Amino acid sequence: MDGEVRTYLGVPLYRPKVAFFEFTSCEGCQLQILNNEVNLLDFFSLIEVVNFREVMTERSDDYEIAFVEGSITTDNEIKRLKRIRRQAKMLIAFGSCACFGGVNQLKNRFRDLDYVKREVYGEHPVESKKVRAIDEIVDVDLRIYGCPVRKEEVEKIVLHIALGKSLTVPKYPVCVECKANENICLFDLGEPCLGPITRAGCNAWCPTNRAGCWGCRGPAEDVNMEEMLRIMKGHGFSEETIMDRLECFGGFSPVKIPEESIR
Amino acid sequence: MIFRVFEKEELKKLVELLIAHNRVVGPVEAGKDSSGIPIYAFGEIFEFKDLRLNYTTTKLSAKKYFLPFKEELATFRMDTMNWQKEINYNVKSPLILFGLHPCDINALNKLDKVLIHSDYPMPYYLAKRKNTFIVGVNCEPQPSCFCRSMGTDTAMHGFDLFITDLGNRYFAEIHTDTAYNFLKHIKTTEPCEDDHVRYMKIVSERNKKFVTYVDTTDLMKILDMEFQSEVWKHWGDRCLACGTCSSVCPTCYCYGVEESVDIDLKRARKLKMLYSCNLIDFAEVAGGHNFRPERSTRLKYRYYHKHRGFVEAFEESLCVGCGRCGEACLAEIRVPDVINSVRSNGVRV
Repeated sequence: MDGEVRTYLGVPLYRPKVAFFEFTSCEGCQLQILNNEVNLLDFFSLIEVVNFREVMTERSDDYEIAFVEGSITTDNEIKRLKRIRRQAKMLIAFGSCACFGGVNQLKNRFRDLDYVKREVYGEHPVESKKVRAIDEIVDVDLRIYGCPVRKEEVEKIVLHIALGKSLTVPKYPVCVECKANENICLFDLGEPCLGPITRAGCNAWCPTNRAGCWGCRGPAEDVNMEEMLRIMKGHGFSEETIMDRLECFGGFSPVKIPEESIR
Repeated sequence: MIFRVFEKEELKKLVELLIAHNRVVGPVEAGKDSSGIPIYAFGEIFEFKDLRLNYTTTKLSAKKYFLPFKEELATFRMDTMNWQKEINYNVKSPLILFGLHPCDINALNKLDKVLIHSDYPMPYYLAKRKNTFIVGVNCEPQPSCFCRSMGTDTAMHGFDLFITDLGNRYFAEIHTDTAYNFLKHIKTTEPCEDDHVRYMKIVSERNKKFVTYVDTTDLMKILDMEFQSEVWKHWGDRCLACGTCSSVCPTCYCYGVEESVDIDLKRARKLKMLYSCNLIDFAEVAGGHNFRPERSTRLKYRYYHKHRGFVEAFEESLCVGCGRCGEACLAEIRVPDVINSVRSNGVRV
């Protein structure tokens, strides 16, 4: 994936060497990048991809930026991740599995993980430990949230790296984007929604399609969990419904949920 | 002022005439809530039957036609060593806004004070405001409406035509020559004594229907006295910091500006996005310091802007009492409750 160095207002752009890696995940976040045909060539002209299993056979360990998708569930993954960290100048947690454990971490709810393994793999068990986000193993420089990540956001981040512009992620919740899209509030429609506490940046992807937010991007930066639980309860949603949403992607696990406010 | 009356079926003719030659927006039914109650919004009117002139209130205000949630302020065309700036005020065509309630007309009048009649007029707003023909319509006060306390229950100016349903016919108040010329296309007559009596009766009946009041006497001073009040903490503890109050508000105009570059590096854009003072980083400055990290402080300043700062600058409140913010707030933080709690120096809701 060679190409001439691009310039912006006459200034040559820095074209970093980038590698993509996947751990325990569906690889859907990487697929999102490829799923953006219109801008794909422009996107790849900003970076020099040296490792990307979904698009190329060549592999090189000479990279500066590592996009790491997936959560960590085996000893081998821990070793691989640490090796990547030693090489990468910038390690990006790519998608909700890498950021919070993602859907995979649902199994951590079970006290007996051997039971989970028996249920899933039966006679043919594989090594699978408690699910961990990558920042539980190594330092992470940047997080790109979402299940899957939003391709426009990934594009913008890569562009900003190339231009040397600062990187910002919305700190406010999904409601801001949802209102800007002129949606009817899902609570008015009797649907549960985590929009008021979930970090924006997805352009209210689910609520705009009339599906309540499941919190895949994790908490916004000023979450009023106590009030949110009171509201959900007041709208008649059961504890199970509330917990299903809050626990689905793992983003809300660091937020303390006061037991008494649910029961 | 010129008054006319016209028969009900003439309204259909008027609207259809306007639709035939213009872009017309007005209250439409956007859906139904879980109890089957209609949810109204401002949207495009393609046929007369789309128009819901007897609507209660819309969830979002009509400010989106003047202050879009997201707006491109400028684009920059880049070539190797140079760039060219292009400015567009984003007015595609004149707009007819048919069916605005008095509170929303007053909201635009208040926005005019800041965005047109101030030291730094905003051309993007001005261009849209000047290219909009506004038809006001009388309303049925809802339990959440407190416009009568804010002095915004009637509109004195800021529209072209105002129609009031007299039951058997419409009473029209003509404010501009454009409106006068439009009305030439339908059959109207001079109102008779009977129409005047009917109009006054409707006004007095409407006034009896307001159930929510806010005491604004000395509110500016009281807000100064109660700056440190504990009530702000109470409301801050309830606030979700989601910015919904500002999003639905017809007068919240605060915004952020961001510059972005297209991925092909051929264009860059300056984008404006409406922002809320209740969002966590509203008062965050370069270097990362946040002047208002607590929800209670941010919520408080929203009230201070509406009911104190604006009053000091323009001798009127920035709140029109439409009640949208309280209705949209999932935490049920309502302006009358907040103001009453400040006045009585304690939370009694």
